[in-house]
Amino acid sequence: MDIKLQQVSYAYSMGTPFEKFALFDVDLTIPSKTYQAIIGHTGSGKSTILQHFNGLLKPSKGQVHIGERVIEAGKKAKELKPIRQKVGIVFQFPEHQLFEETVLKDIMFGPMNFGVSEQEAEQRARELIKLVGLPEGVLNKSPFDLSGGQMRRVAIAGVLAMDPEVIVLDEPTAGLDPRGQREIMDMFYQLHKERGLTTILVTHSMEDAARYADNIAIMHEGHCVLSGTPREIFADGKTLENYRLELPHIVRFQQKIEAMLNQKLSKICLTEEELAEEVARALREGRDVQ
Amino acid sequence: MMEKMIFGRYIPGDSFVHRLDPRSKLIFVFAFIVIVFLANNAVTYAFILAFTLFVIFMSKIRLYFLINGLKPVIILLVFTFLIHILFTREGDILFELGFFKVYEEGLRQGIFISIRFLVLVFMTSILTLTTSPISITDGIEVLLNPLKKLKMPVHELALMMSIALRFIPTLMDETDKIMKAQMARGSDLSAGPLKDRLKAVVPLLVPLFVSAFKRAEDLATAMEVRGYRGGEGRTRYRQLKWDWRDSSSIIVLVVMTAVLIFFRS
Repeated sequence: MDIKLQQVSYAYSMGTPFEKFALFDVDLTIPSKTYQAIIGHTGSGKSTILQHFNGLLKPSKGQVHIGERVIEAGKKAKELKPIRQKVGIVFQFPEHQLFEETVLKDIMFGPMNFGVSEQEAEQRARELIKLVGLPEGVLNKSPFDLSGGQMRRVAIAGVLAMDPEVIVLDEPTAGLDPRGQREIMDMFYQLHKERGLTTILVTHSMEDAARYADNIAIMHEGHCVLSGTPREIFADGKTLENYRLELPHIVRFQQKIEAMLNQKLSKICLTEEELAEEVARALREGRDVQ
Repeated sequence: MMEKMIFGRYIPGDSFVHRLDPRSKLIFVFAFIVIVFLANNAVTYAFILAFTLFVIFMSKIRLYFLINGLKPVIILLVFTFLIHILFTREGDILFELGFFKVYEEGLRQGIFISIRFLVLVFMTSILTLTTSPISITDGIEVLLNPLKKLKMPVHELALMMSIALRFIPTLMDETDKIMKAQMARGSDLSAGPLKDRLKAVVPLLVPLFVSAFKRAEDLATAMEVRGYRGGEGRTRYRQLKWDWRDSSSIIVLVVMTAVLIFFRS
């Protein structure tokens, strides 16, 4: 399912003295089955933009295409439920949305709202709890007895249980320990590959964007200022600095190595593994020449 | 929906009304609420209406914004007006359509009561729109100070009030966030039969209560570790200052009372 924003502007509190534009003429196309990262500083409008992906916010100007559906400024949008089933959003600190008596019921809440049968919903919950890395035993516990990290995983399972085609992640790892962060991000990446999910990651972590994304869009003060593949975006650190962003650690590290070796590597490396390989090759080639 | 509500909201500004001391504003509004009831004929009602419009002008808040924000109240106003037109049967008949009759006295009363209502709502809204919640509680605390002699916990009351006011926007944001998270999971608060809608409130209220209690606990801890012990011997960061504006507004109040008493029939 493609998602397309055309000239989308959004203002909070339209028509009052509190009116404040958060998005200005944003154009963004996210083709089906791609991994899109949206990066921006605090207050750049990235959280506003993600609420347009399933009709929680309606654009003040412009159009949002979600698959076949068009949500247009100034027109009433009805029957948004099918869209919300297809586009799942994992909000920032999703553990705040837990409310049921047991973890099982909470995970079943989403799918049952969309008319999935009880048995089917329960089965999905049993599968997903393992996928998010929790023992099946927690299903009968109260979500409020779990630790923060476990609650986060339950909430994520609750969104995945809706079986969405597009998954939108808003800082899904904020406040987790480094190992938990990596586990969760890897899990989403695996799902992205295996189930062909379209994944939209809203983050300020350059490292996550570099490691996982096919495309990156940079938001700055409500404008979408830059968009392209990670290699295009990270080719130039100067432009990023203008938007108060930095290159990922790994790219900065590569630049240092290049300065040390006095030689450019053949491509910009986005992960540690890639860089190690490139450096090894460069060294090997250097030796062969000698 | 909640974006348009203006009850209890504060719009920062630099107008004459904004710069008044909260004490004089509070005294003024409470006295005004009382003296409005002195008006009982066309001259006096016109006078208080004109004065209210003058205050709105002085506060530099757009009339359009005020009216827009008070829409729910205006519906109530129209309703009261109609009730008066329909049920007061005194004076000459002005208009007749079958059994539907409009009497002179009914029209008069309807208009007067509507003006009274409108003026009261406008004045109190101006108070909250031009005074930050913190200054309102500061003002109330100082004004209630004499009651301390009667062993009233004035400082604690004011503290409770300012904490409550402080957390209204936070809880509103939180409600909005949780509502959106549950809507994204297919819960629907705005459609379907009443029974379903009531059910949809549970996923909203439970997380809201959980977080409110957590916040209260955190706040209590934060205050305790910083050694908070209540009002005894505590100095203030924000000093209230009474200046010529405040004195003149109290003079205006006295003059207005005199005028109303003089012209009322």
